[in-house]
Amino acid sequence: MIETLKQPVLSTDHICMYFGGLHAVEDVSLNIQKGDIYGIIGPNGAGKTTLFNACTGFNVPTKGKVFLCGEDITNLKPEQIAKKGMARTFQNIKLFKYMSVLDNIKIGFHLNLKSNLVDTVLHTKQFKADETYAIEKGREILDLVGLSKYTDTKAGNLPYGVQRKVEIARALAINPKILLLDEPAAGMNPNETQELSVYILKINSLGYTVGVIEHDMKFVMNTCNRIIVLNFGQQICEGTPHVIKTNQNVREAYFGKGIVAGGAINVAAEN
Amino acid sequence: MNMLADTKKRAEMVFDKHKVLISLLLLAFLVLLPLISNKSYVMGVMCRILMYATLAGALNIINGYSGQTCLGVAGFFCFGAYTEAILATKVGLNFWLCIPLAGVITALVGLLVAWPTLKMSGIYLAIVTLGFSEIARLLALNATPLTGGALGIKNIPVPEFFGIVIKNSRSYYYLFLVLAIVFIFVSNRVIKSKIGRAWMSIREDELASKSLGVNASVYKAFNFMYGAFWIGVVGCVYAPYVRFIDSTYFTLDEGWNILSMVILGGQGTFIGPVIGSIIVNFLTEVLRPIGQWRLVAFALLIIIMMWYRPQGLAGATDSKLAGNKMVKKLQDRGKKHD
Repeated sequence: MIETLKQPVLSTDHICMYFGGLHAVEDVSLNIQKGDIYGIIGPNGAGKTTLFNACTGFNVPTKGKVFLCGEDITNLKPEQIAKKGMARTFQNIKLFKYMSVLDNIKIGFHLNLKSNLVDTVLHTKQFKADETYAIEKGREILDLVGLSKYTDTKAGNLPYGVQRKVEIARALAINPKILLLDEPAAGMNPNETQELSVYILKINSLGYTVGVIEHDMKFVMNTCNRIIVLNFGQQICEGTPHVIKTNQNVREAYFGKGIVAGGAINVAAEN
Repeated sequence: MNMLADTKKRAEMVFDKHKVLISLLLLAFLVLLPLISNKSYVMGVMCRILMYATLAGALNIINGYSGQTCLGVAGFFCFGAYTEAILATKVGLNFWLCIPLAGVITALVGLLVAWPTLKMSGIYLAIVTLGFSEIARLLALNATPLTGGALGIKNIPVPEFFGIVIKNSRSYYYLFLVLAIVFIFVSNRVIKSKIGRAWMSIREDELASKSLGVNASVYKAFNFMYGAFWIGVVGCVYAPYVRFIDSTYFTLDEGWNILSMVILGGQGTFIGPVIGSIIVNFLTEVLRPIGQWRLVAFALLIIIMMWYRPQGLAGATDSKLAGNKMVKKLQDRGKKHD
């Protein structure tokens, strides 16, 4: 019993991702437990998005393994991984811009609908059940996350911040075991970021496990309960926000060595 | 252009309000049309309009709804027509049995084209399908024992419907009409389902749809098969209609002709290919006096359309198919009004 409780939702086992000579991700092992909001941070080009892509099947890792609830998903395709219960959003919003918000969510239910071509043409009970399920569940999700007033709006016409929320809501439609968000606060003003933080905490309180890449330190420190720091593809620290804040390696990665040690200044003064 | 958009919006509103009534009136008109004018010339033109509307509609399922670029429509058409002609003359199979058979065989050919090209899109896929179209024609020209080679297949038997011989263009008119209605009915249901939504999501953003668990490869291949199925069915009805087919019926020109209907009418809409078919066939008849110069007129028309209304006459202004140009124009206009 304790074993199953401790089993992480998503874990990577010494995962490496090389592009030719470039070691984008080098030997990263992380464990995301159920109910976590897990932050992945690091300077630009640290390999955060590549790590995400390797987990969700958009890139096949060079070495190492990825496990979702103990199941090996290393070499599966993105759609198969989505079927196993991993949803993600993208750094640059990938909404279906010319469809209404509800239609966007409906596509998220794709895996839950069972009707085939014959059902579709003959409008059998299965088909009708599917369509009502998609519409009702879609409205339910929109209500839950507070987007119901945008139900019939074309997704491309929404403000940037709301588009982000719709993309996250759409990912929730596949009822994921874990939700991976790639820089959700990018390009947002402080107010929108604050709103997003509340939104993610709300989703987490509904029982979803969340993994999030972010640059905004205030956002990460306030929202996440565990954090991993990457630098040049390597994992330099993992732990609670407090541990991260006080870690020497992290400070060096973000602020550089000289000033922290004070050595450079001393040398200059002596000369 | 603004006027056109307004007209379209108003027409849609009226249609939504009296959906059943308008459909019934239109159906009654189409059914009674042969009573109004029974000239075989008029019936012949009507047959062509209906046939090309179905062909363009099927191509629109591929090009418009899933965003794949298929230029090989003449190739599928060729397969459908030859399947019927061979089965009817050599095997003596009943016409009505040939219809599903031709459809299925053409769909399998569609799968054959789609499977190796799943990772291609845009112009690369266009070139492959273009090549396929020519291969199909050359196959028909050179597989002499089966297709009669350059001589074609003569005396394709006429179908019978409970004792009524479908022979003149008037009875074919009804056959094409039923086919077009069945096609639009079935496709409308498919598009408004999980399958259609998956196709459109692939058109809008393939990566995003994959991340939501849509198996893009399978749906793209199925989309090709679905379109090819209907093109094959039309080909199957076309063969006994003309009673003689050879490879010159299925040149690339035929493919361009059908493609131009889809583009003129509007990709990704149901009414678009129908409008396109009416316009192109009507212009073909009107411009007959100037002979080959009518092709120049078509080319000019298409270029002008591409410039001013890339989404086609019936296409939505706010769709991906309209390109960013139209959307931007509209937004600018909106700003001016504010």
